[in-house]
Amino acid sequence: MQKKKTASKFLVAITATAAILAGCGSEESSGSGETDSTAEKEPVEILNVSYDPTRELYEEFNKEFATHWKEETGQEVTIQQSHGGSGKQGRAVIDGLEADVVTLALAGDIDEVAANRNLIAEDWQTRLEDNSTPYTSTIVFLVRKDNPKGIKDWNDLAKEGVSVITPNPKTSGGARWNYLAAWAYADQQFNGDEAKIKEFVGNIYKNVEVLDTGARGSTTTFVERGIGDVLIAWENEAFLSLNELGKDEFEIVVPSISILAEPPVAVVDKNVEKKGTEEVAQAYLEYLYTEKGQEIAAKNYYRPRNEEVLKKYADQFPDINLVTIDDDFGGWKKAQETHFNDGGTFDEIYQPQ
Amino acid sequence: MAGHIPMQHGSKNTGKRTAEEPLWIRVLLIALALGFLLIFLVLPLIAIFIKAFEQGASVYFASITDPDALSAIKLTLIVVLLTVPLNAIFGVAAAWTVTKFDFKGKSLLITIIDLPFAISPVIAGLVFVLLFSAHGLFGEFLFEQDIKIIFAVPGIVLATLFVTFPFVARELIPLMQAQGSAEEEASLTLGAGGFKTFLLVTLPNIKWGLLYGVILCNARAVGEFGAVSVVSGHIRGLTNTMPLHIEILYNEYQFSASFAVASLMSILAIVTLVLKNFIEWKTSQHG
Repeated sequence: MQKKKTASKFLVAITATAAILAGCGSEESSGSGETDSTAEKEPVEILNVSYDPTRELYEEFNKEFATHWKEETGQEVTIQQSHGGSGKQGRAVIDGLEADVVTLALAGDIDEVAANRNLIAEDWQTRLEDNSTPYTSTIVFLVRKDNPKGIKDWNDLAKEGVSVITPNPKTSGGARWNYLAAWAYADQQFNGDEAKIKEFVGNIYKNVEVLDTGARGSTTTFVERGIGDVLIAWENEAFLSLNELGKDEFEIVVPSISILAEPPVAVVDKNVEKKGTEEVAQAYLEYLYTEKGQEIAAKNYYRPRNEEVLKKYADQFPDINLVTIDDDFGGWKKAQETHFNDGGTFDEIYQPQ
Repeated sequence: MAGHIPMQHGSKNTGKRTAEEPLWIRVLLIALALGFLLIFLVLPLIAIFIKAFEQGASVYFASITDPDALSAIKLTLIVVLLTVPLNAIFGVAAAWTVTKFDFKGKSLLITIIDLPFAISPVIAGLVFVLLFSAHGLFGEFLFEQDIKIIFAVPGIVLATLFVTFPFVARELIPLMQAQGSAEEEASLTLGAGGFKTFLLVTLPNIKWGLLYGVILCNARAVGEFGAVSVVSGHIRGLTNTMPLHIEILYNEYQFSASFAVASLMSILAIVTLVLKNFIEWKTSQHG
């Protein structure tokens, strides 16, 4: 009897201290959250939630924009970055990651954000020039030095004995562009015969040795771990691997047909409203379209929209026969439904062994 | 993992028997064990340090004093300082309840304590997303109050707390079970209060086991990747812990820098192991 009493006293003591400690913890954290938004009237912080391969681009661009904004308005701006697979990043914003701007791999992922909690107005893609896409890219192949498997075009990827590296279209934006580019090639080869197209694309995916979740993961698999004969990659990512990790180890192969990849940008209305960062977020995205911004994009191997900057970097960006998502696939909503949603063509052709 | 309790080492009997095995079997077994250790433990550890210093000491120190690296180290320390004491208290409370009292649903309670061991860290992270994300159970409320849990420090602390919850309790339960409650009962009959009994009788009995649990808990809290990755939001300089920072550096082709930070964590792990061995040695003396 007595034992029980003292023990329960002890339990009360322990839970009380625990509660106090826990209370301290949460108070401290919520307190710091408040000071973030109220105390810092002058300097401002914005968060850019982006996809994988833009790390180097935005590292350079953010510095440039911070200087520009300081000159223009006298206000200090800190831009925070978060990177990951495009779909995953969109998901995080929907779940409450307070992004001021999203700069994702494809319109479909921003559409998904826009469809939730009124985070972004539905007409977001018309709010900035060029479909809200300040820079574009395309899909090319990265092969090992001297191209030992003789890879020249998409049909070489479907051959037996070729090991292909590409990320998973379910989670990676880049992977969806890869998939559609292969589809576009097959579409032309077989004059739209869907059974043959599926067989062809299926053969490519049978050759896939590692299916990573994001574009950067695939690049590391191919480049650093040395797996695979060919990496289907963003043009900018391929160039970056070449420069960062050795021109004497890899070569870029440009296929006969590819896709115009448009990675768009948007202000997340609901978040900037709440944080009071509308102006700086908007200016941030608009600055991407200035000559300075376009130059930085081109330097980081993104194809600039600005004709003059593009001309300047012409030898870096070969002319490729490019199909577009709107003309050839009926826009992202349709492409997403037909190809990548559950039961879409990707599920049909891809059966892991 | 945890779950085992440091006790006496192999008795003399078994030593004698192995000595009777043919020489070649002994050599083969020892070579196998050493080879395994070398390939799976020693070589990777050495590789980390070689890679970390590949571009010289200046790059090494630059990468661990980089602002993002420092903020990752700071965040990791904050998380550890919050989770380890809390879990030590919860662990002692749980072990005390389970071992010194009989009540209905006791085995259910023990099962629940073990839950974080059984659940994949990714799920542990997603559980908090389900609860606190904008779509989650408390999402709307938290958004209106401007309280950030997920994709901020509190979420990381919660996820770590969850994952490291069982370490202390799991360490103490077998120990306290073996000790029984006779000493506490004696203390109580002699007129000591509950708290005094705990401080003067129970605590000295369990202190080494408790410390052992705390060290394991600490190691896991520092190193947790999966659960933290899910709730972090990966904002540079804000919500990246050391393991997440290592992954980011690796993905940015900064291999040396990433292994430099990794080497810091390895040093921490080695210190932890030394401490752990010291405690095992201490307990074997006491035991």
